[in-house]
Amino acid sequence: MKDVTFGQYFPAKSFVHNMDARVKILAVIAYIVAVFLVKAFHFLGFLACFLFVIIATIFSRVPFLKVLRSIKGILFFIILSAILQIFFNADGKILLEWKFIKITDKGLLNAGFIVARISLIVLGASLLTLTTSPVEIADGIESLMYPLKWIKFPVHEFALIMSIALRFIPTLLDETDRIIKAQKARGADFESGNLFKRAKALIPVLIPLLISSFRRADELADAMDARCYSGSKNRTKYKKMRLTWRDAVATVFIAGLIVGVVFLNKFYWLLVV
Amino acid sequence: MRIETEKLSYAYGESKALMNLALKDVTLTVEEGEFFGIIGQTGSGKTTFVQHLNGLIKLKKNSGSIKIGEFDLGEKKCDFKKLRARLGMVFQYPEYQLFAETVFEDVAFGVKNFMPETSPEQVEVMVKDALETVGLNYLKVKDKSPFELSGGQKRRVAIAGVIVTKPEVLVLDEPVAGLDPQGKREFIALLHKLHKSFVKTIILVSHDMDLVAENCTRAAVFSHGQIVAVGTPKEIFSNAESLEQTGLDLPLTAYLTNMLKQAGITAENDYTVDGLIKAIVSEINCGGER
Ligand SMILES: Nc1ncnc2c1ncn2[C@@H]1O[C@H](COP(=O)(O)OP(=O)(O)O)[C@@H](O)[C@H]1O
Ligand SMILES: [Mg+2]
Repeated sequence: MKDVTFGQYFPAKSFVHNMDARVKILAVIAYIVAVFLVKAFHFLGFLACFLFVIIATIFSRVPFLKVLRSIKGILFFIILSAILQIFFNADGKILLEWKFIKITDKGLLNAGFIVARISLIVLGASLLTLTTSPVEIADGIESLMYPLKWIKFPVHEFALIMSIALRFIPTLLDETDRIIKAQKARGADFESGNLFKRAKALIPVLIPLLISSFRRADELADAMDARCYSGSKNRTKYKKMRLTWRDAVATVFIAGLIVGVVFLNKFYWLLVV
Repeated sequence: MRIETEKLSYAYGESKALMNLALKDVTLTVEEGEFFGIIGQTGSGKTTFVQHLNGLIKLKKNSGSIKIGEFDLGEKKCDFKKLRARLGMVFQYPEYQLFAETVFEDVAFGVKNFMPETSPEQVEVMVKDALETVGLNYLKVKDKSPFELSGGQKRRVAIAGVIVTKPEVLVLDEPVAGLDPQGKREFIALLHKLHKSFVKTIILVSHDMDLVAENCTRAAVFSHGQIVAVGTPKEIFSNAESLEQTGLDLPLTAYLTNMLKQAGITAENDYTVDGLIKAIVSEINCGGER
């Protein structure tokens, strides 16, 4: 359960780590837009996006394998969508036919396209969470959502909920691990039986987990009360976010990626004859 | 059941770096009938070690062996369910594992898992036995929700849930954490009561040196995943310097003995309160005769 790379902060000192969290979040959004802009089967566009990730990874000093491993978490999802595309896409030239299953060249291309698209998105997003601590991300989102205050949206509270949730993920994982062990020691069996039986076996884990989450929430609320926490009013930040030259460089870089992708879409025939 | 580990090593995650070993070449034998203490600083590997004993943490390849009675935990066909029925484990803050609607059901959980063929009447007898052993009034608590009990009662219910199948080895991971002095005393009395009946071996993980000095027949000191000392409390606590190097305190009785020594009174004793008093009394009597 501890192998969740996706979303785990990798502390280091690097160009990317030192960037403003807001810029990083916007950059990832721009990057995802770029991935989506790539027109069907213009794989060169994906290559540009992949190059972008590689360069960003180099500048983040995160081991490349660690970034790649983030795909492992959604491998099942990727494989499933690939299979759906391959087997149930009836368009195009038929390469193989067996009963109701038809494998077509278009189906294969589609599958490759979707796999590349999902993988690239996950790679980019995981680079954000690997180089930006949860607190920074929450702060960044809060700052980016600031305009919503005009329509009375509780931006600060929203960010607080988010950062608390992020903060408690590892705690809950630990707790789950402990409760599972305690019930196993009492003979609970989570591995055998049919689906229904297995789901039922989870009750002795879920109930203590729920109860302890409520207890933690209560304790946290009390602790915040005791320190006179009162929401966003007149609250200053311990860490001010500042734009630096790095953010300017990164912005130029990401703009370059988008221009590149659009260019490739338009003039693909120039490069591939 | 005799408990025997040899060169047991363990690292969390995939890290193979030697620095990250949570356990390193732990070789230890606990004989049947012992009241064995495991002490060491937070993070020294105590929990990791005891969780190996009933297979909650699986033995990795080439990282030592564990043998408990006829069970060889390194073997593929080792029946962990059977082992867990005979080696009960009480976790730190065991009350957090309560889940059922009633106390009865929660305590019966272990019986239903380990001995699914037990008749309802027999289950009732076993649950009643367990609840009364931990000092609760069966009729009063059996239909209550475990969550409406007091903290101390919850812990008793949780322990009843572990001893209900009468395990012959009982492993307790810091069981007195968060108890008041009165609760602690009662708890220790309960352990001795169990040790005199069906529980043959007790392994007690604790920070509390007084507890270990007073109750354990032998103890092992863990430090950075290794065992740095094994022996009777007397042997362990006589060597104050090496103990302090691992960041542990001495029991109060050992401090007093040392202070008496500095004052010129040698009161050799085994660091139990009784032992210390006897030593002082005999010293006083000798002094009178002189
Ligand atoms: N679930 C876990 N994942 C990763 N590391 C862990 C985990 N549990 C314990 N550790 C590490 O293993 C070492 C030993 O921990 P533990 O056995 O809990 O010690 P103790 O019980 O003596 O306090 C510590 O360095 C701890 O950080
Ligand atoms: Mg521990």
